[in-house]
Amino acid sequence: MLRKEFLQMRRDPFTIALTVGMPLIQLFLFGYAINADPKHLPTLVVGGDNSRYERTLLAALAHTRYFELAPDLVSEAEASRALDRGEAQFVLSLPTDFARAIDRGERPAILLEADGSDPTAIGNAVAALNALNATVLERDVPEWLRRDAAAPPPFEVRVQRRYNPEGITAYNIVPGLVGTILTFTMVVVTSLAVTRERERGTMENLLATPVRPLEVMLGKIVPYVLLGYVQTALILAVSVAVFGIPVRGSLLPLVVGLGFFIAANLAVGFAFSTIAANQLQAMQMAVFFILPSILLSGFMFPFRGMPGWAQALGEALPLTHMLRLVRGILLKGNGMLDVAPHLWPMVLFTLIVGVIAVRSYRETLD
Amino acid sequence: MNGAVVIDVRGLRKRFGAREVVRDLTLRVGRGEICGFLGANGSGKTTTIRMLCGLLTPDGGEGTCLGFDLLRQPLEIRRHVGYMTQRFSLYEDLTVAENLDFVARLYEIRDRRAALARVMAQMELEARSEQLAGTLSGGWKQRLALAACVLHEPRLLLLDEPTAGVDPKARREFWDLIHGMATRGLTVLVSTHYMDEAERCHRIVYLSQGRLVVDGTAEEVIRGAGLVTWNARGPGIEAAAQALRAAPGVESLAVFGAALHVSGTDEAALDAALAPWRGREDLAWARAEPTLEDVFIHLLDESERERPGAAP
Ligand SMILES: Nc1ncnc2c1ncn2[C@@H]1O[C@H](COP(=O)(O)OP(=O)(O)O)[C@@H](O)[C@H]1O
Ligand SMILES: [Mg+2]
Repeated sequence: MLRKEFLQMRRDPFTIALTVGMPLIQLFLFGYAINADPKHLPTLVVGGDNSRYERTLLAALAHTRYFELAPDLVSEAEASRALDRGEAQFVLSLPTDFARAIDRGERPAILLEADGSDPTAIGNAVAALNALNATVLERDVPEWLRRDAAAPPPFEVRVQRRYNPEGITAYNIVPGLVGTILTFTMVVVTSLAVTRERERGTMENLLATPVRPLEVMLGKIVPYVLLGYVQTALILAVSVAVFGIPVRGSLLPLVVGLGFFIAANLAVGFAFSTIAANQLQAMQMAVFFILPSILLSGFMFPFRGMPGWAQALGEALPLTHMLRLVRGILLKGNGMLDVAPHLWPMVLFTLIVGVIAVRSYRETLD
Repeated sequence: MNGAVVIDVRGLRKRFGAREVVRDLTLRVGRGEICGFLGANGSGKTTTIRMLCGLLTPDGGEGTCLGFDLLRQPLEIRRHVGYMTQRFSLYEDLTVAENLDFVARLYEIRDRRAALARVMAQMELEARSEQLAGTLSGGWKQRLALAACVLHEPRLLLLDEPTAGVDPKARREFWDLIHGMATRGLTVLVSTHYMDEAERCHRIVYLSQGRLVVDGTAEEVIRGAGLVTWNARGPGIEAAAQALRAAPGVESLAVFGAALHVSGTDEAALDAALAPWRGREDLAWARAEPTLEDVFIHLLDESERERPGAAP
């Protein structure tokens, strides 16, 4: 039995290449890409007085490398929208009389609003800011403020975690699971679609009929789109009932986004299934897609913690955009306009992969 | 389009890697004809049939099927050809009716219900319409497969060993169906290894290593082979068979029950080989008509001799 398996394995060099090559690629990919300590988080600054204190503080913040400060000030409304849309991770609000209040010893408060939808992404940055607080203005403040070493720092830092004030991990993970589970089931199920026909010998019959590749693809995909919706409804219902996940936005954009997302995954599965020679290869390709989806999309590790090339790779994956969309709608109350930017990358992805799939679907047995 | 010619191909070639599987194949089949497609395993029958229905792209040659160009109009050909694969290729986890309905939808048949009813009645599948295809016996599976490829009322049927592994009664019924359809103008190209089936064809073509070497009616094929055949009866046939099998001049030898059947193309050589066995009391010799089977065994031997090292 063992011998037979080895013999069969040897006859299938592509499978061997996949089993050896894939772990290596994944190892290097994730070894270099994953970093649970994200730096350079985009930060907007609101208010302030452009004083010496403020400049020192901002320079020190930039120096921690956790905060990537936007060059221009923005209004409060703009800043809030940027948080909602995930364009900014932090908004730092400074009082307009920052310097005067410090000089008077009033200990003014600065407010750091953080996008708390991914608690692990912001933890270290917030800690860095708090550590700074005591010493940052040491050299700038007047003599009398410095004299007493036991005196409280010259200003106060308030941190507000928006969307998830208590930093509950489930708020982050559970909405993410919607996309992750769908990726799993949709890609695996469809990647077997054509290979199964081929292995059972039914492909030859199908090819002998006038049915077109696109019809085959749509026919294979549509039933699973419905399945995907059912799965999502189930996951959401359990999330809300058991984990108490809030649903702050409306469901319509979620349904729309879900459609695009499911289509993207099914296109991937269908492409694998036309390329793979057998079901084993198809399964391996599916894993090859699912692992990076989970690791590089921001589901397991903060997206902004990855190096630029890994982020670029992540941006290409539909799960990345789906995660932002689901978290945006459930936790941040995003509406249609807010989630629109997450839709087109999925559409583009589906189109490209769909073209590859239909191209590699051969209408002959050659 | 020449109304009478359904298959008209010239110089078809197909290679897989370095191996030429079909070489310079030229074939014309007329409307309503049942053309038997014979040849050893691996002689290129399936490959030829697949090229005829557009499932494989020929490496060379040209021609038409039902007047549609083989290379440029594969979709038109698919619409009007019924192809029954060598291996059962419907869905075992669907019922008979579900399978047929699925195929009918692929062909976009307008009145599906009527087409299904017609075909199920024709193939006598009504009683089994709710049975899973996977649980059908061999003969019924073949009927279902035939039903699936005539649903869209094709004008040409390509059947690839449709009766392999089917019992004789079911085979006969299957052929009655085919004859019935041919009478109504359907053209049939059918590959087979059974001689009784070959005899039921209007015409026989024989492939040897991808080359078409024999073409004609059963009588023409038998006459064309130029075989001389002798029959012997009696208790001595076993010993004679042993000795004659390797004798020069004996090209085909078989024992059927109580009769020994010996053929060769070279009459003088055959006579010389048989001479020592002629006068014996335990053998009664008689000149016989060669059968189609003798001819094919002779052809098989010939092709094996042409291909050194391939003979068992
Ligand atoms: N897809 C293929 N790839 C490589 N060789 C093939 C392929 N299909 C058939 N062959 C080879 O071509 C030869 C002819 O096969 P086939 O047409 O199936 O013969 P037949 O149907 O007469 O038994 C065989 O030797 C077979 O191994
Ligand atoms: Mg064959």
